[in-house]
Amino acid sequence: MIPVEFDYVKVTSIDQAISALKAGGEDAKIISGGQSLLPVLRLRMAEPSVLVDCGSIDEMLGVRDDGGSITIGAATTHHGVMNDPLVQEHALLLAQATATVADPAIRHRGTTGGALAHADPAGDVPAAALALNASFVIAGPGGRRTVAAKDFFLDYFTTAVGPDEILVSFSIPKCDWGSHYSKFNRTAQAWAIVGAAAVVNVQGGVIKEARIGLTNMAPTAIRASTVEAALVGASSAAQITAAAMHAADGTRATSDLHAKADYREHLARVITARAVRAASGI
Amino acid sequence: MTTAVETETALGKPIRRKEDAHLLHGQTNWTDNIQLPGTVHMAILRSPMAHAKITKLDVSGALAQAGVVAAYGAKELGDLNGGVPCVWPVTDDIKMPAFPALAIDKVRQVGDCVAVVLATSAAAAVDALDSIVVSYEQLPAVTDMEAALESGSALVHDEIETNACYVYKMPCGDYEASRAKADVVVARRFINQRLIPTFMEPRSVVAAPMGMSDEITIWSSTQIPHVLRVLLALVTGIPENNLRVVAPDVGGGFGGKLQCYREEILVTNLAKKLGRPVKWTETRSENMVATHHGRDQIQDIEIAATKDGKILGLKVTLLANMGAYLQIITPGVPLLGMFMYPAIYKMDSYDFTCTGVFTNKTPTDAYRGAGRPEATYAIERIVDELAAEIGMEPMELRKKNWITHDEFPYTTVAGLTYDTGNYEAATEKALAMFDYDGLRAEQAQRRASGDPVQLGIGISTFTEMCGLAPSRTLGALKYVAGGWEHCTVRALPTGKIEVVTGTSPHGQGHETAWSQIASSILGVPVEDIEVIHSDTGRSPYGMDTYGSRSLAVGGQAIKAASERLVEKARVIAAHQLECSASDLEFINGSFQVKGDPSKSQALGAVAFEAFTAHNLPPGVEPTLQAEATIDPVDFSYPHGTHLAAMEVDTETGQVKVRKYVCVDDVGMQVNPMIVEGQVHGGVAQGIAQALFEGAEYDEDGNLLTASLADYLIPSAADLPSFDTGTTVTPSTTHPLGTKGVGEAGTIASTPAIINGIVDALRHLGVTDVAMPASPQTVWRTIQAAKEGAK
Repeated sequence: MIPVEFDYVKVTSIDQAISALKAGGEDAKIISGGQSLLPVLRLRMAEPSVLVDCGSIDEMLGVRDDGGSITIGAATTHHGVMNDPLVQEHALLLAQATATVADPAIRHRGTTGGALAHADPAGDVPAAALALNASFVIAGPGGRRTVAAKDFFLDYFTTAVGPDEILVSFSIPKCDWGSHYSKFNRTAQAWAIVGAAAVVNVQGGVIKEARIGLTNMAPTAIRASTVEAALVGASSAAQITAAAMHAADGTRATSDLHAKADYREHLARVITARAVRAASGI
Repeated sequence: MTTAVETETALGKPIRRKEDAHLLHGQTNWTDNIQLPGTVHMAILRSPMAHAKITKLDVSGALAQAGVVAAYGAKELGDLNGGVPCVWPVTDDIKMPAFPALAIDKVRQVGDCVAVVLATSAAAAVDALDSIVVSYEQLPAVTDMEAALESGSALVHDEIETNACYVYKMPCGDYEASRAKADVVVARRFINQRLIPTFMEPRSVVAAPMGMSDEITIWSSTQIPHVLRVLLALVTGIPENNLRVVAPDVGGGFGGKLQCYREEILVTNLAKKLGRPVKWTETRSENMVATHHGRDQIQDIEIAATKDGKILGLKVTLLANMGAYLQIITPGVPLLGMFMYPAIYKMDSYDFTCTGVFTNKTPTDAYRGAGRPEATYAIERIVDELAAEIGMEPMELRKKNWITHDEFPYTTVAGLTYDTGNYEAATEKALAMFDYDGLRAEQAQRRASGDPVQLGIGISTFTEMCGLAPSRTLGALKYVAGGWEHCTVRALPTGKIEVVTGTSPHGQGHETAWSQIASSILGVPVEDIEVIHSDTGRSPYGMDTYGSRSLAVGGQAIKAASERLVEKARVIAAHQLECSASDLEFINGSFQVKGDPSKSQALGAVAFEAFTAHNLPPGVEPTLQAEATIDPVDFSYPHGTHLAAMEVDTETGQVKVRKYVCVDDVGMQVNPMIVEGQVHGGVAQGIAQALFEGAEYDEDGNLLTASLADYLIPSAADLPSFDTGTTVTPSTTHPLGTKGVGEAGTIASTPAIINGIVDALRHLGVTDVAMPASPQTVWRTIQAAKEGAK
């Protein structure tokens, strides 16, 4: 449980971070909360030459109101995100998902931007970011670019953030729809076996639109598009349950110690229905 | 005429633990905190394979690395390579293969030690492991106990030509006759899965030559400093009187630190060889493969009864997984359960057979309850199945068969004599706390309405045996140690008291509880009593802490030594007060002349007289101390009734412990707050086996649950608030009336949980659920029952 020797650089600006990443070459790694990276280092599953600590860059900390959207600094802790009034008012689903991450000690250290950039398929916040149509600001040697959520998560632990780039922040269009994150796990601290993150626009007791992100049903978090389409016009629990029967469509569930793929698919259907019912109040 | 004075006593009071301020303020002294000048750190190269020939091993590359002081494989280590001891050869023909500290030519489990590096820092030692060259030729791994016993199976140990370690039989009465008489025979196979002790503080050991003498001091995170000293002397050849073993603060043990580990042997031998302190602390990853495991039995159990629910006989056939080697009491653990399968029930016959089986897995050994949780699980599960088979309410079936309170002392079919018990009282109290009838009504309503969340009630009316003793009984079972405990009590000239105990706490609160016992006899405030323990240099005699023995056995020694000290003091006080000893009464820590309260002498003053020795009666030696070494007359038998209300989400298989009520009878309680804490922790650990924990291997013998991400242990967030209660039926074989509480909750709770899940689903055709009852397992069980019903 002792990592291989590495260098450590603490930076205070995005420019410094990019320079440090460049200097460190391909073995450089960004660290902020360290809650995913440190266990990997201690198990010697990764042996970076240098860690670039981006946890103290002002621009990457806190939540701000941008009018039609809110912007969350990538190094804001889970605890900070889930308790932020702007997040609670305009992106409640993100607060709900973040509140289920690991345990309070980890949420005080770990960062929501870090969890998004880590892109663990079993992580809770990517599904919420997908359902909320988040967009991501990525800085690199060539400047800054913005990537939509649907283009951000590429594969297992792989995002649009390149090795010489850094996730600065992510923005969420303000959303006042009903929301709910259903996380299915064996112990409170365990990763999700399956998760369903739902935001639902209900008018007059009828679902007008729904967006659903699924956790741990594919190499990345994914949208349950067939369910979303089937939900339009639904106004009863039975209709929601029927729509949710499509939750495993297009997924690529894996098998592990806690769940074989067929059970994951079954769970996805059950908890998607539950998430939508809780979000819609139907 | 004298008036009886009620002595204010600390006994039975829920006072806060003396230990806690020290623990909570970070003033602890864990073994890994020990920093000695010149220390070298040991890192271990472990086998990644379950079974393989070592075709090449070259440690020389490690020697070239920065900071490395030495590196050894088995060849380089020569005769310093241990022999991990087993002290319980249960049968005359038991197979006991050698267990060298470093594997010789072959590895037999993932985690086997292959080589060690010693370096000036822990990081340097770990880095240098990469420079050791080792090649393996993989051999077929033995992972399945039944397949292991078939002819032609690969062998874990070629030289013993079988994977059967031993076969132990204990026929009691004529089971076949009972079976022939029975209207109903219910047979089940239960899998009592393998568990991994995951104490908060991983194992750690430091050994240091002390320079000014030939002494080597060993600090180890162990439950058994006294036993470990004897075993290390025998294994290493270092004279016992040159070994001092200290267990500093120890962060949990649960049986996992009741051991003489290969790492302790290596560190001790290498400290002597290198002439400098050597330190090793296990990582959590090492903990998962190299700390001994627990449970892992296949239990075939058969119960024979009349159709109106009278139990006639019981047959138990076990396969007990030894793992790759025998450690301290590996073969004996199933035998601790052997006596307990008949539990609280009266019956005519009982037939027990256990086969110990070698496999290419981590060795098993004691884990909280050690044999008794396995037995209790099987009997409490099969009693529920019998109730279902004959259509009887499961609690009524228990009442019909249990030993009633007026039948004690009662000798069971397994030959144990239970001194006392009152199963009726504990059960009645538990049922009232639980609202049993109300929950049964809700269960019926949920069944009738087809609620997706079904409710079940799980019952466990258990007993167990604590405080392994007397020593001659252990001898008859071929256990190579005694069951006694020692205490020395000293009254110091300044009025303070030292209680030197042979028990070795690692979370139990002995400092508080032992002070309460001594205080109640000596009349000295609890805060003036210091309990000295866990250091063979300061507490030379002891048998340490395991098997819920510390209070049951050690508590008696404290009582006896304290009483002897009072008697010695009485003689001195009588001399001082110029009266006869029989004219004195001892009240609130002071000797008073009967009928003349103005003439008195406090114990502290007597201690000072004993110290100056200026005016002692003839024949009385200076100093005021007394000792006692007590070998109890029998085991003690706590019991209780545990009830669990289990909600099962039939759509997902997720289960929830909605309500948990337990009433434990642990006899007289020295400190009810400590009793409650032990019950809480124990119940949590038993629920963990039922719902969360389980070591899983693949067919090549790789441990799949090799980290806490996959081996799930519950936290407070996963458990309900427990409703605990007690009844007090004092033991008559233990002078304090105590019985032991360390394992009760763990033993009782596992079957209560599983019985509750099965009860919730029985109307769907479910008759068993495998442990751990994970959501997937429960869901698949429901699906299979639905398929079967079609």
